[in-house]
Amino acid sequence: MSEVSVTKDAGGSAPATDELVVLEGVNKHFGALHVLQDIDLTISRGEVVVVIGPSGSGKSTLCRTINRLETVDSGHISIDGRPLPQEGKELARLRSDVGMVFQSFNLFAHKTVLENVTLGQVKVRKTDKQEAEGKARTLLDRVGVGNQADKYPAQLSGGQQQRVAIARALAMDPKVMLFDEPTSALDPEMINEVLEVMQQLARDGMTMVVVTHEMGFARSAANRVVFMADGRIVEESAPEQFFSNPRSDRAKDFLSKILHH
Amino acid sequence: MNVLLDNLALFREGFLGTLSLTAVSAVLALVLGLVIAGFRVSPVPPLRIFGTLWVTVLRNTPLTLLFLVAFFVVPKVLFPGINSFVLAVCACGFYTSAFIAEAIRSGINTVPMGQAEAARAIGMSFTQTMRIVVLPQATRAVVPPLSSLLIALTKNTAIAGAFDNVDLFNIQKTLSNDGYDIAMIFVWITIGYLIITYAINGLFRLLENRLEVAR
Repeated sequence: MSEVSVTKDAGGSAPATDELVVLEGVNKHFGALHVLQDIDLTISRGEVVVVIGPSGSGKSTLCRTINRLETVDSGHISIDGRPLPQEGKELARLRSDVGMVFQSFNLFAHKTVLENVTLGQVKVRKTDKQEAEGKARTLLDRVGVGNQADKYPAQLSGGQQQRVAIARALAMDPKVMLFDEPTSALDPEMINEVLEVMQQLARDGMTMVVVTHEMGFARSAANRVVFMADGRIVEESAPEQFFSNPRSDRAKDFLSKILHH
Repeated sequence: MNVLLDNLALFREGFLGTLSLTAVSAVLALVLGLVIAGFRVSPVPPLRIFGTLWVTVLRNTPLTLLFLVAFFVVPKVLFPGINSFVLAVCACGFYTSAFIAEAIRSGINTVPMGQAEAARAIGMSFTQTMRIVVLPQATRAVVPPLSSLLIALTKNTAIAGAFDNVDLFNIQKTLSNDGYDIAMIFVWITIGYLIITYAINGLFRLLENRLEVAR
């Protein structure tokens, strides 16, 4: 890992009570399915929140509502004190402050790795091209794929692609990073290289919302575990407490299925 | 005696008429088609409705009917004294734009949803997402149907010839009035059309090969 750290916003050292992402009474339906039911969730600056739960519980949808890739039917979402605007320039600006990492990487297939990481800086932030390239190379080195800069995404392994995707998000100097099952599409031997990058980010103080099935990551990197089932937040607690002594039956049932087999 | 050699100037005028009508209509149709395809996938509902209406109306109206409207209604009601070439370009261009919009939209649909999501997630606007991320990846899928549509456009311009626009089809009337063998007239006119359509064919094949190499 290189010495260069990502520039964080000035509020990075603010007290932990500083609320960065706030969801209040959020509801969403997919047709008849009530996928998010009265979700209240507050994420503080610098906090790492891991969202876990059975598939179909609404965790990915929750993650995607935070930068409005999914719209909500009711409720309020605000980021850094500002409510999420309607589709348009305002929303685009807000999204540029929220990094997102997808399950299927979604690197721009027709652009090289380097271009993937410079594109947002140049087109959205209007950064000078050379400066953007310098920053992109630093970030690619930091996630360990610096020597792949001139290749196309399809030439990289899944783990490498996902690390490029993390670099692409970091290049925008986001206030918060959203990870939507970042390791679920990876071969087992590549999961760790991605998790290590995420661990490092967490140690550097990045605010993170991570939807994942990696319980090891939840234990070691999370400040808080949010357990979702059937569109509701069933339980929220510190990881040690959640894994050793879950309060709800639903969480006990879930953990018994994934931890002892 | 030879219909072509005796009337070279007229053939040239007709050929250039068809060529210019095709070229200008094609540019208009491509630009409009791109815009309308953008409207049809836009997040703004009024634009989507406009795009759908445009495609529905123009795609489902016979081109001859459009020409009748263009040549007999538009000059009477809206723009008296308007140039017949402009009217023909509008009729052909608008009509073809509806088909091109759908071809481009089908190309857009071949690009995985995640590409556009990733672009929006880093803060790109809708137009940036389209221009920088989606359309470049859609091009490969759009090229083959576009070539068919432009060839169809070339042949459709013949209707303008029936409306007193000087083109390959139109000169046939003059020549048969002069007493030349109608079969020979059509042979040469057909060759004129073939030159244009074959050129379009070759151009798009070149484009397709170029895009093949790029990825």
